[in-house]
Amino acid sequence: MSDLRELYQEVIIDHNRKPRNFCKLENCTHEAEGFNPLCGDKVKLYLDIKNNIINKISFEGAGCAISTASASLMTEFLMGKTVEDAEKAFHLFHELMTAPAVSSDHEIGKLKVLAGVREYPMRVKCATLAWHALEAALQQDKGSVTTE
Amino acid sequence: MPVLSSADIQKIRQDFPILQTKVNAKPLIYFDNAASTQKPKVVIDAVSSCYEKNYSNVHRGVHYLSAKATELFESARDTVQNFINAKHREEIIFVRGTTEAINLVAQTYGRANIKSGDEIIISTMEHHSNIVPWQMLCEQTGAVLKVAPINQQGEIIFEEFEKLLNNKTKLVAVSYVSNTLGTINPVEKIITSAHEKDIPVLLDAAQAVSHMTVDVQKLDCDFLVFSGHKLYGPTGIGILYGKKEYLEKMPPYQGGGEMISQVTFEKTTYNVIPHKFEAGTPDVSGAIGLASAIHYVKSIGLNNIHAYENQLLQYISDEIAKYSDIKIIGTAKHKTSIVSFVFDSIHAHDVGTILDQEGVAIRTGHHCTMPLMHFYKVPATSRASLAFYNTPEEVDVFIKSLSKVRQVFDV
Repeated sequence: MSDLRELYQEVIIDHNRKPRNFCKLENCTHEAEGFNPLCGDKVKLYLDIKNNIINKISFEGAGCAISTASASLMTEFLMGKTVEDAEKAFHLFHELMTAPAVSSDHEIGKLKVLAGVREYPMRVKCATLAWHALEAALQQDKGSVTTE
Repeated sequence: MPVLSSADIQKIRQDFPILQTKVNAKPLIYFDNAASTQKPKVVIDAVSSCYEKNYSNVHRGVHYLSAKATELFESARDTVQNFINAKHREEIIFVRGTTEAINLVAQTYGRANIKSGDEIIISTMEHHSNIVPWQMLCEQTGAVLKVAPINQQGEIIFEEFEKLLNNKTKLVAVSYVSNTLGTINPVEKIITSAHEKDIPVLLDAAQAVSHMTVDVQKLDCDFLVFSGHKLYGPTGIGILYGKKEYLEKMPPYQGGGEMISQVTFEKTTYNVIPHKFEAGTPDVSGAIGLASAIHYVKSIGLNNIHAYENQLLQYISDEIAKYSDIKIIGTAKHKTSIVSFVFDSIHAHDVGTILDQEGVAIRTGHHCTMPLMHFYKVPATSRASLAFYNTPEEVDVFIKSLSKVRQVFDV
């Protein structure tokens, strides 16, 4: 149970139950879909970027607690940040999921609660799904991406 | 009919070394048998003994080991023939698995006989491996894929299936047992009604052969396919059964060694069945392992297995039904020991991770049946699939670990 609490922290349970920025964004400038063919999880990401600043970001989709909470936390984290900050966060988050320990934890704030996922290799793709969609949205204005 | 006793099951469990595994210091409870079954020691021994004592390439060799390996390989064919009661031994083709067998039929029988405008009938509950090969064939030929609908219980609506049969229908390909729902389809009725219109039927028996006696002559199916690894045998080996009259007329699948009769640069003539469809060096140890698995299953008795697994199914279904926040997906009247379920507010993936902490192995996701998930309007399900080496006590642990799921999610 204590191991599971490391994974399913209160913040994750909370964001799963009440995902933030969970809606479609009309007139967005960027959007992308993330799809995990292993489990069928889907996330659609919307961004409104002006003058290099992410003014608004939201998502829709259906997924497990890890993928939903990760998407929710990501939108919260990126709101108001620059595109470069978002790119940097993508790499830091990836590191958080794969590296044994992260020295730059302080730079990703609340996203740290997802660190427990790295002990569950089968679930890393759940946590990174929204981030891959972000990368796709930023790189090719419109598109779809899978975790594979 | 004697049903396996608790003592029998304990004895059977000793035959499977992997069942001694501890997961997170807890005894493994393996409820993922629809994905793949574990292997009894006799199968593991048969495979290693093949490599230790009897291994060489098969066919055409004049030396001792080649003769020995060929004898064992071909005797495995006889074992499979006997297992499904095929009329002729050459109706048994060794392939890699169910998927390859279906692709083989699509690309040989299909390419030769199915033309633009023709129709192929499948059902809503098919595994992707009994959807995609037909879609590929349709793309290549201009044929049309028709889907027989199912009801909410997860049963093919037979009247609707019958309505789809017409003079454009060239093949019916359905699962004997659904891998996601456990539904046992009324394949006898399906075959009879297709045959009235001279339409051949392929049965995907991947989920059937380990749970019940399958007799291809009694069924009168035209093709039947299954995998070894879901029948307590090794991975990488599977079976295509086809009626001789079809197999003989079908063009070959892959070209290469063994499948030829005479090769010149001007023209090649093909070997007789089954060799025409077995290009290249076959999975010799896999075939020998599969034969060993069949002998093992027969020693327990498929009727005994069926009766015992039915008791397990009844027990696990009743236990799950006690909880109002869990819904069972697939409540057909006739089922094998597969239970798919969804929690009201908890995703299957999370259920799977939490159960794994308790040592319980289930499968979560779409189970390679995305259209079926779409039908039930769920993104994924959790699936417990039981085998004869599972016990009611394991079901109790499984049920207890479901309450852990609620605890973690505070519901």
